[in-house]
Amino acid sequence: MTAATATADERVAHVGLLRRILLKPEFGALIGAIVIFVFFASQSDVFRSAAGAANWLDVSSVLGLMAVPVALLMIGGHFDLSAGVQTGTAGLATGIMTTYWGLQLYAAWAVSLALMLTIGFINGFLVTRTGLPSFIITLGMFLGLQGLNLGVTKQVTNTVQVENLDLVPGYHALFNILGSTVTIGGAKFQIAIIWWIGFTIVASWILVKTRFGNWIFATGGEPNASKNVGVRTNRTTITLFMMVSFMAWFVGNTQIVRSGTIQAQVGIGQELYYIVAAVIGGCLLTGGYGSAIGASLGALIFGMTEVGIVNLNWNSDWFKLFVGVMLLLAVLANQFVRRFAEQARR
Amino acid sequence: MTDLEVKEVTDPQKADVPMLEIRDVTKTFGSVISLFEISTTVRAGQVTCVLGDNGAGKSTFIKILSGVHQPDSGQLLVDGVPTKFGTPRAALDAGIATVYQDLAMVPLMAIWRNFFLGSEPRKGWGPFKRFDAASAKKITRKEMADMGIDIRDPDQPVGTLSGGERQSVAIARAVHFGARLLILDEPTSALGVKQAGVVLKYIVQARDRGLGVIFITHNPHHAYPVGDRFLLLKRGRSLGDFAKSDISLPELTRLMAGGAELEALAHELERDPGELGEVGRELAQDTETLG
Repeated sequence: MTAATATADERVAHVGLLRRILLKPEFGALIGAIVIFVFFASQSDVFRSAAGAANWLDVSSVLGLMAVPVALLMIGGHFDLSAGVQTGTAGLATGIMTTYWGLQLYAAWAVSLALMLTIGFINGFLVTRTGLPSFIITLGMFLGLQGLNLGVTKQVTNTVQVENLDLVPGYHALFNILGSTVTIGGAKFQIAIIWWIGFTIVASWILVKTRFGNWIFATGGEPNASKNVGVRTNRTTITLFMMVSFMAWFVGNTQIVRSGTIQAQVGIGQELYYIVAAVIGGCLLTGGYGSAIGASLGALIFGMTEVGIVNLNWNSDWFKLFVGVMLLLAVLANQFVRRFAEQARR
Repeated sequence: MTDLEVKEVTDPQKADVPMLEIRDVTKTFGSVISLFEISTTVRAGQVTCVLGDNGAGKSTFIKILSGVHQPDSGQLLVDGVPTKFGTPRAALDAGIATVYQDLAMVPLMAIWRNFFLGSEPRKGWGPFKRFDAASAKKITRKEMADMGIDIRDPDQPVGTLSGGERQSVAIARAVHFGARLLILDEPTSALGVKQAGVVLKYIVQARDRGLGVIFITHNPHHAYPVGDRFLLLKRGRSLGDFAKSDISLPELTRLMAGGAELEALAHELERDPGELGEVGRELAQDTETLG
């Protein structure tokens, strides 16, 4: 950067900081997050209190953890409709293996990881091998896992939930990693918030600073051209699906560890919110463009609104309306940015 | 041109050996003869133009030179040594780089990211190995400057560049990664007059830097000003392989347009008493001036 700027000619300097900031994919989401924060904070005491912040950050973090790898996958040109239900699969697997099958907690945790990575690999492998849209492949995975989650849970437990993880030996150590809280300003902040920020930073670094990140953009932007210059597009795609599944493992286990209980239907429907957060964060539906920080800001917008509407004692039905409007605005803004970026400058 | 003559005098032996010689290359796909006994040469610091209409076998020709296909018979000689390119990689290793029409670029990505796509320079250790953006930007800027293009901002997406500029990025990239012989696949076909002129300028630039260039086109007006040698293809056969001194632009155009066929068509139309006869007479005049 420094070397290039040093030799840059004077015309560049002005092409505008403004233009450059405007063109950042996460710009719209940043403005949105600020506006929404200011709005709710000015209207509600609860919202702007430390306890309120702990609450909306918690909601945001659970969504944001998943939105980040989903955004990377979208930049790579694919969707994963099974992302939500995979969180359920991961949590249920850990729960059933420990409480019913007597597996040691960490062993179950590891087996759950292996299972999730396998699911991610299958998604990626099928998408790259068949060339079918990931929409269809992962829709199949979504329905299949939904059935599997319910079927196996009912078979094993005779209910639709797995309980009593908190009675399993070693639970407290795992709880400290995934479910504990940090007290700041008298309010208890979930440790998931820290994980969320950490994973966002790592994902951003991967995306912007590494060769793999370059390949993600290339694979999503122009797969054939990328292949011609030696980008391993299939491997990139499979890795991205596995990253989504990895995070589903992390989030699903966080959910069961926090309360010791998990429902068989958990995560279903969430996949669309992950995608919406990523789109609000600047990801193009067509791939090749987007940001991990943007996806996290999208999740933050969600969390703040969901909690803010409750804080103001509004009917929570308005939340869905809001989400719909935000999504449309974001897509329109992205479309504009894309045209701006693709059009010749003369 | 004068530069080249000086070189030939100082190094007579080497100048005699072309960088790439194509000798009686034939390629068939099933019962279709795509190329039949095609020969030409490419020398360092020269431009060999391959002209032909759609279906003339230009694509097959490129694919044989770039190692995608292997000829059924005939030889490729690199620096006088018979060589076989089993894969595109082998051709690249011999310094033969092909710039395809789609340019293998991702429009939404920055110029410097495109420039190094697939061959990213990296620094750092183990899991912290990262794409060396600083040197990538610096090299991109320098390579482009060497081609006489001052890119305003290596961070701008390739999609914002004009067609000619994009072509130049692709050429600069090929040169940076060790190409000494460039195959340019219809680089001017999708461009306007001005942009085509820009690309022709880059071709001359590459030639003057001592690279061999194979310029594939169907436009004799683009080929003639920059070419040193002209190979004409038609339906897989060679209509001739001419040095510039042996052929004039009108003659080249006539051959390209299938002059003899046009004349025949003109005569046929002239016999028509009505409007078609008028068209025929005009066509006859045109072909005469071309010939």
